[in-house]
Amino acid sequence: MSGRPLDGEDPDRLYTITGGRSRADESRLDLVTLIVGECDPTPGMQSEHVKILRTCRRPTAVVEISSELGLPVSIVKILLCDLLDTGRVTARHPSSAATESSSSDSAMLKQVLIGLEKL
Amino acid sequence: MTNALKIVIVGGFGVGKTTLVRSVSEIRPLSTEEIMTHAGVGIDDPDGVDSKNTTTVAFDFGRITLNDEMVLYLFGAPGQERFWFLWDRLFSGTLGVVVLVDTRRVADSWYAIDRLEHHGMSFIVAVNDFGGSQHSIEQVRNALSLSPDIPIIGCDARQRESSKKVLITLVNHLYALSTA
Repeated sequence: MSGRPLDGEDPDRLYTITGGRSRADESRLDLVTLIVGECDPTPGMQSEHVKILRTCRRPTAVVEISSELGLPVSIVKILLCDLLDTGRVTARHPSSAATESSSSDSAMLKQVLIGLEKL
Repeated sequence: MTNALKIVIVGGFGVGKTTLVRSVSEIRPLSTEEIMTHAGVGIDDPDGVDSKNTTTVAFDFGRITLNDEMVLYLFGAPGQERFWFLWDRLFSGTLGVVVLVDTRRVADSWYAIDRLEHHGMSFIVAVNDFGGSQHSIEQVRNALSLSPDIPIIGCDARQRESSKKVLITLVNHLYALSTA
């Protein structure tokens, strides 16, 4: 990514990108939710949507899309919700690790350990 | 189907968060940012508040493919008080946290540890040795008033094996908690 700081940049630009919206439904998308493109860009589509569809030809995490586009996470979430609503992308949600002390957590953590040991 | 997991590395500026992420990540660490609204901006930050009451906070991340089904994302996040409003939201559902400590600035970690304990988040402490640390691990433990059940280890974030050991120590701790 360019590393271009947004501080001092005109925030109006971000509002233009999102059509004036400042909040996505946060609960729908996590930082690591994998987004999968379901169609090719079409003429006349907003350029940010085009970039997302190109990036998501393979499953890509929300945070990686944000980095690729050089846009803040919450802006990307708003754009993604547009694409989700129209079926142009689908989301694969991470399983929540919030449930404590369940046996499935232990099994999952064991798999993480095995994966790390192999690095 | 792929499952993506999160681990957060939190610490002060210059403590070696990105270095640690870089040493174990399969991709060059990427950077992105999130918007922080006025409510999350501390009064001690003269540069952070612009006329529109928003600012952005950058954070780094890397990725480790664990197996055919699991991908682990590592996030490096500055631990100062004014950012936590943002992290609480952004990093919800994280597996666990590594608090990376610089022995020259141990006090920088107090707030992060306090916050993690308050929220009941699982974490370990890793002391990044920049070569020539004069403090033993136990001295750092005492300086942090760390409870005995929280693991603390020394590391060299530049070394892949050392950073790997930090992550394994965290996940071992999480595993022990999950079977307790």
